[in-house]
Amino acid sequence: MEVFLQQLINGITLGSIYGLIAIGYTMVFGIIGMVNFAHGDVFMVSAFIALVAYLILVTVLGISSIVLALFIVLLVAMLFTSVVNWTIERLAYRPLRGSFRLAPLISAIGMSIFLSNFVQVTQGPRNKSIPPMVQGEFVLFTQNDYPVTLSFKQLIIWVVTAAMLGCFWYLVAKTRLGRAQRACEQDQKMAALVGVDVDRTVSTTFVIAAALAAVAGTMYLMYYGVVSFADGFVPGVKAFTAAVLGGIGSLPGAVIGGILIGLIETFWSAYFSIDYKDVAAFSVLAITLIFLPQGLFGRPDVEKV
Amino acid sequence: MAAGAHHQRVDVARAIRDAAITGLLAFGLFLPLVGFETITNIRNELVLATRWPLLLAIAALVALGRLSYSLLIEPWLARRALQPPSTAIPEWRLKFGKWFIPFAIGFMVAYPAIVITTAGFGRAVKWIDNFGIQVLIYVMLGWGLNIVVGLAGLLDLGYVAFYAVGAYSYALLAKTFGFSFWILLPLAGVLASFWGILLGFPVLRLRGDYLAIVTLAFGEIIRIVLINWVDLTNGYAGITSIPRPTFFGIPFTANDDGFAAVFGLEFSPIYRTIFLYYLILGLALLTAFVTLRLRRLPVGRAWEALREDEIACRSLGINTTNTKLTAFAMGAMFAGFAGSFFAARQGFISPDSFTFLESATILSMVVLGGMGSQVGVAIAAVVMIGGTEIMRELDFLKLIFGPAFDPTQYRMLLFGFAMVLIMIWRPRGLISTREPSLVLKERKVITADLIKQGRG
Repeated sequence: MEVFLQQLINGITLGSIYGLIAIGYTMVFGIIGMVNFAHGDVFMVSAFIALVAYLILVTVLGISSIVLALFIVLLVAMLFTSVVNWTIERLAYRPLRGSFRLAPLISAIGMSIFLSNFVQVTQGPRNKSIPPMVQGEFVLFTQNDYPVTLSFKQLIIWVVTAAMLGCFWYLVAKTRLGRAQRACEQDQKMAALVGVDVDRTVSTTFVIAAALAAVAGTMYLMYYGVVSFADGFVPGVKAFTAAVLGGIGSLPGAVIGGILIGLIETFWSAYFSIDYKDVAAFSVLAITLIFLPQGLFGRPDVEKV
Repeated sequence: MAAGAHHQRVDVARAIRDAAITGLLAFGLFLPLVGFETITNIRNELVLATRWPLLLAIAALVALGRLSYSLLIEPWLARRALQPPSTAIPEWRLKFGKWFIPFAIGFMVAYPAIVITTAGFGRAVKWIDNFGIQVLIYVMLGWGLNIVVGLAGLLDLGYVAFYAVGAYSYALLAKTFGFSFWILLPLAGVLASFWGILLGFPVLRLRGDYLAIVTLAFGEIIRIVLINWVDLTNGYAGITSIPRPTFFGIPFTANDDGFAAVFGLEFSPIYRTIFLYYLILGLALLTAFVTLRLRRLPVGRAWEALREDEIACRSLGINTTNTKLTAFAMGAMFAGFAGSFFAARQGFISPDSFTFLESATILSMVVLGGMGSQVGVAIAAVVMIGGTEIMRELDFLKLIFGPAFDPTQYRMLLFGFAMVLIMIWRPRGLISTREPSLVLKERKVITADLIKQGRG
């Protein structure tokens, strides 16, 4: 019971990070029907931007308030990552819109290779580790000498994720921009006819996706305290799994899918085998796509002749 | 005239403004990761170093590039767009198309001789091994995947799994039972195609991007199993001292019964390299030949029909299950051949050789070359693999950028960048026209606009 509860807490934390990345996949797939293969690497880049920002704040400017530092780091990472993803969309994907289906996928794979190698070349191949930003924990209760804890880090991740999802939900559900986005998702030509700037809406989608990935990247850096250039691929695939599990195109689905994947991974590591934890996530991906391709909350894809 | 000059000046102002904006954007983009470097110091703490000159240089270069684009390339493109597109194929292209394939095969056959005469006996090993054999392995893999992706339209991002199956089958069976290369080569192919069918079954219903992602997952699962099943595969450490292939029973060693001694030659590692070169050349040409013949058989036509339209294909009574499975099995078999050759050539294999990046490389060769076009795939393989291999040889760059400059670091960076650029330049690949396999009266060229390749 106590181990189970502890793993539940850990799993939800990990799952929140996956969920934030998964929204990026699901939104981009929803609006232009492409698997943005480079999204995992955008997440990795954002973690590096957060790392640089954190080091500037702490070692150069000497800010001692960790909450303030974290807040600034989050904003800086979101800003710069948005610019990065905007540029990527503009350079690598927009010229290929309306081209045949494989072209954007290959371009995205190229972009993914480019991003991870760019970080490797500019920041070096070694793991970058920082001393823990936030320490301390709540002991929820103790059973059989096993304390079930909720660390401050985990609490921050929960709160930030919930707040970001709230803002994001408001943006998509209540604003003009969100309406334009949903319109483009349904029918780009029709949306253009009624005066929606499709190109700009797609760009904004990439910016939002990047901002949420940057939140995930900052949280990842704070939680693990270590990041390397190769950290984009596996979380990227897992977040994609989350998006598929939740039903691609469905925003609440992406978050729930992310939390489910986080839970599956943590419980698998705790009760079965930590070596094969990635196999668990990949198997979920394969099983979902084969038996439930529309996911938990997605609409089934009807094929018309 | 005056109006023209005026028009030109307005353009220049706009170009300069665009260049300035692009330069600023580049500055902002590269500021966090190029402007600052995270370094671990002696006390094992992470500290920052700045690289302002590099950052400014990159921003200036980007601005300059944008300026020359809007001043030189854009007007040129605009001028070209004004001219009516010519429908006639120029004569040099017809001649080129006719002579290219025999010339390319002739060159490949003569390649070791050319290298030995130009680079000398000692240095030739490197050129044959790093360029010839390496490129040909990828050409073969590209042609194998071309069956799955280019002909049957099934997007496979886990192709390297079958390559791994071939390599590990050869390595384990040769080490445990001592079977020879010539027995294990077909066996590895059979085992890999068995895996192709096994992994093909569950994904029969999927198509397009989803199929790609599931095959990616399968590829990764196989790699994780190879890493963690230490009893069988020795995990990360890999399998060492795999038996090397022999020349019909004569080993390439310095012993008295070695190849050099038997043929009365002085011992040199180059004989093995040349033998391996012709071996992979033969295997690659076999792949191409078999594919060419298969396209004329009913199963090949069924593959192409499946690629163009699955529903139409099914309503014509084609068994899509069998069609898909044969495509997976054939593609996997050639990967298995290539894998066992790879293990035999290296003498060492580890899971590191079978990462997702390899699958992505092979798939991008097929797509960049123009799906279904064997010549295109081969050209893409030569350009991409040869190009990245050549980055290892650019030592003269050290004279320009200083001795700390290591061109090999930038290999994959440029590789990814080139993938994006080629896709934008030619979304349907280098060779996007296709000859029909079956004609009624006369051969007509099918241009890229008429086919919907790889809808899956």
